[in-house]
Amino acid sequence: MRKVLVGVKRVVDYAVRVRVSADKSGVELANTKMSMNPFCEIAVEEAIRLKEKGAAEEVVAVSIGPKQAQETLRSALAMGCDRAIHVQTDIRSDQGLNPLAIAQLLEKVVEKESPDLVIVGKQSIDGDHATTAPMLAELLGWSQATFAARLDVAADGASAEVERETDAGTEVVKLPLPAVISADLRLNTPRYPKLPNIMKAKKKPLEALEAADLGVDLAPTLVVTGVAPPPDRAAGVTVESVDDLVDKLKNEAAVI
Amino acid sequence: AAEWRRGRRSTTPDVLARHGKDESYHPSVPPDVVAFPKSTADVSAVARLCHDRRVPLVPFGVGTSLEGHIQHPYGGVSLDLGSLDQMVSEFPDDMDCRAQAGMTRSAVNAALRHTGLEFTVDPGADATVGGMAACGASGTTAVRYGTMRDAVLGLTVVLADGSVIETGGRARKSSAGYDLTKLFVGSEGTLGIITEVALRLHPQPTAVAAATARFDDLDDAVAAVHAILLHGIPVARCELLDAPTLAAFNAYNKNDPAFRPQEVTPSLFLEFHGLSDAVLKEEADLALEACVDAGGRDVAWASDEAERHKLWAARHSTYYASCALKRDGKAIVTDACVPISKLAEVVRDTAADVEKMDVVGPIFGHAGDGNFHCILVYNDDDPPEYLERLHDVSARLIDRTLAAGGTCTGEHGVGSGKKKYVLRERGAAGVAAMAAVKHALDPQGIMNPGKVFDAPS
Repeated sequence: MRKVLVGVKRVVDYAVRVRVSADKSGVELANTKMSMNPFCEIAVEEAIRLKEKGAAEEVVAVSIGPKQAQETLRSALAMGCDRAIHVQTDIRSDQGLNPLAIAQLLEKVVEKESPDLVIVGKQSIDGDHATTAPMLAELLGWSQATFAARLDVAADGASAEVERETDAGTEVVKLPLPAVISADLRLNTPRYPKLPNIMKAKKKPLEALEAADLGVDLAPTLVVTGVAPPPDRAAGVTVESVDDLVDKLKNEAAVI
Repeated sequence: AAEWRRGRRSTTPDVLARHGKDESYHPSVPPDVVAFPKSTADVSAVARLCHDRRVPLVPFGVGTSLEGHIQHPYGGVSLDLGSLDQMVSEFPDDMDCRAQAGMTRSAVNAALRHTGLEFTVDPGADATVGGMAACGASGTTAVRYGTMRDAVLGLTVVLADGSVIETGGRARKSSAGYDLTKLFVGSEGTLGIITEVALRLHPQPTAVAAATARFDDLDDAVAAVHAILLHGIPVARCELLDAPTLAAFNAYNKNDPAFRPQEVTPSLFLEFHGLSDAVLKEEADLALEACVDAGGRDVAWASDEAERHKLWAARHSTYYASCALKRDGKAIVTDACVPISKLAEVVRDTAADVEKMDVVGPIFGHAGDGNFHCILVYNDDDPPEYLERLHDVSARLIDRTLAAGGTCTGEHGVGSGKKKYVLRERGAAGVAAMAAVKHALDPQGIMNPGKVFDAPS
């Protein structure tokens, strides 16, 4: 394959204790640690392994988001990607920019770059939609294999075999390239860059495009009307008898 | 006190028991109540409450201490800092960060994963950085990167009366006043409660390689360690394991299909860190030459990351493997640390004593620091005279260590288990000076009473 395109998303770091903003309009992002989405890290790692195996010549990382998304792209470059593309938009990437708009923007990038394979994370840990990969494949008219736990590209680069993790079990599919693959947890364990590679990544090419200039309607079709934290855990209650317990299970907890 | 009601305190017997027991053989001595603060302000509020009511207060991380540090001989409050588990700030350009005390060391390194930096202190257990600071933790990387005393740049500490102080700072060095950071590091919760820790980080090494070398004689293995150090080779990990340790190790892992049994003979596990593969190769070749000159053989390299992780995980499991030599085994964990030139004779005499007294006592440790652990194993079925022999072996080990100019505890700390040895090692005047500091910072004696030295009545 000549080129692999990897999508990476900047999200609230998985270890951060998420807070809801005072006006309950969304998650508080100010002064919150942001990192590369964990499934995107796995996608980047897989793409780099393809290059190291000699199955791909170039790996290009793309991210859609504010100026700070360039930091996420530099992390991808430090891991081993060759080039990066930043599609700039200040629309909130956790709830303002919908998966369909993201897929349509990625479609434009695919048209520009003509990759042989697109790898993205199966879902982001903020939206959890898991729809960007399937929608992108549909828009492009390409095959798709989501929730990949194993990826093998044929020697002639014309097809790939993917082991998929589904709720019903593991499924093995064979698909022609070009294709869209979404990475699941078991696909690999990402490497983390050492300082020399982090320093080198600062010099790798990073191209910035404006999302508004790409001819995609960015208005949301899904609108978040409110966000609330889960209710505080109430104190337990000691019951006096088994009858009491059965009554509460039936009438309060409604589980029997 | 109302805020402490719902879910933020517990008097459930199992919860209390858990908070009075660490990883050692010392039994659980539970608190009267466990509190779960969410911030430094919460910790300060609890400390003020305990100060006003003269109630003992013991901070709790994850309970991996090794000398009964978290026992509550006078009851009181266990302050579980588990909710203070977030990274406060990261400064990759300055190679430092600030973490809340309840954050485990693996969580700190996970947070730093894209910076190319790491927090290097590795005591084996996935302890909290607060607990590690309080106990002056060390481990397998100390030979190159130092201990918590070198890694902690500053602290947020809640004092016995609830006041909050910040020690140290982000400047790499400072001469502005007494170094309170160094006072609190290793104070085992007896002078104040650590709620935040500023950590010095190191670049993750670009090139890493691990190797094992076998010896026919324990003496030869120690001589090899000494030679490596005297060559000026900056070995990153330098661990000694005796034959009984490797036998325990093999038995412990025998049901793991992926496990390959180690040769049961004195061995060194080594790790090298280099800026490049070329630098690494030079250092490693020199070190292995030193090993072979000392009588070493069968040098094997663990090249890939997975293999190296398995090697060190295995090394860190030697405590459990040793305890597993007896059914429901427990152990007195010794922690002798002597000048390196004395290590060979102290280890040799200890091993000889273990054999002569016919007790179970595998020996392994951080030979590069002159520090080794003899794990003296027993269980409830052992007759009293076996336990007596065990305690005698431990007592003679400490005598031997102190006579060699060493310390009775290189890294595990005093807790309650080693109090009597501190007096011998530091002398009455030394302990009196420590008591003066203790009295100045905790006049009521509520901060982890009964640890490091005896509480006044």
